[in-house]
Amino acid sequence: MDVKPAIENNPFPGEVHPTPSGGILVTAIDDVINWARSNSLWPLVFGTSCCAIEMMSTASAKYDWSRFGFEVARATPRQADVIIIAGTIVNKMAPVLKRLYDQMADPKYVIAMGACATSGGPFFYNTYSVVKGADHVIPVDVYIAGCPPRPEALLHALITLQKKIKMGLTREQIREGKT
Amino acid sequence: MSNDELKIKLSELLPSVNFDEGGQWLNANVDHKDWLYFANSLRNHPDLTFDYLFCLTCVDWKTHLTMVYHLESTQYRHVMVIKSKLDRTHPQIESVSHIWRTAEFHEREVFELFGVKFLNHPDLRLLILPDGWEGKFPLRKDFEDSVNMIKL
Repeated sequence: MDVKPAIENNPFPGEVHPTPSGGILVTAIDDVINWARSNSLWPLVFGTSCCAIEMMSTASAKYDWSRFGFEVARATPRQADVIIIAGTIVNKMAPVLKRLYDQMADPKYVIAMGACATSGGPFFYNTYSVVKGADHVIPVDVYIAGCPPRPEALLHALITLQKKIKMGLTREQIREGKT
Repeated sequence: MSNDELKIKLSELLPSVNFDEGGQWLNANVDHKDWLYFANSLRNHPDLTFDYLFCLTCVDWKTHLTMVYHLESTQYRHVMVIKSKLDRTHPQIESVSHIWRTAEFHEREVFELFGVKFLNHPDLRLLILPDGWEGKFPLRKDFEDSVNMIKL
């Protein structure tokens, strides 16, 4: 798989060659598609505990993830592009999470927010009900440390996800061979 | 009514009741056999009218279980706590869900997590735990789950 570090820092993947009547754009269509997709990622309204409060804060005026293309959170998986697993996943919730992920339309991306979604966190030991990491249920693209992570950390993860999409390195893109 | 006045009143209603000292609220210990009669009096006595059950839970002391009920009167604003010791092998106590309707769900929760049997409960089955958890009581101190639990 090719890692394309050049794409990471460019605002647009391609070169414009000026001509008298305007210009010619030279690029790869996959890169343009990834660029377009990465800049319009709508998250799913999904929060199972305190991380969801930080996620709401990130969405609201002070941090405002709309600035980065996470325009509106959608209340249905069929309109969402990215699911932010904001909170603990218990055994009873796991099938629900799986179903939500399955209902999301391709292309779809997953962020595991906080210690619980990453590993079970404070519920790793001596609990009968908690899934020890949401990646036991669905594939995760970006993990965030913290309990709960600050909104800045979530924004960083969202931007990291955008970079991954531009580079064609999310789990789905790798699985589909769209690198 | 102040705690001291409550004490006198409660002792008149049920002579066998005894009180724990200390703590913000009045703590009364009752035998589980007297609980239904006592609960009815607390709810319906015109000077008490404990009409708000704001907490119902259970504690596992390893040697025995203790049911804990927190009551408040929305009319007089007095608060009290009732505790009742239960046998750990066959814990059973009268349901109070027909006195305070909120107890119906709380008793189902205590039933699934501690295995306390509530007599005359209208619908005693699992509340949150999925099917297949009958007979396993995850909030008891000696609960072991070899599949899901990682020991420190």
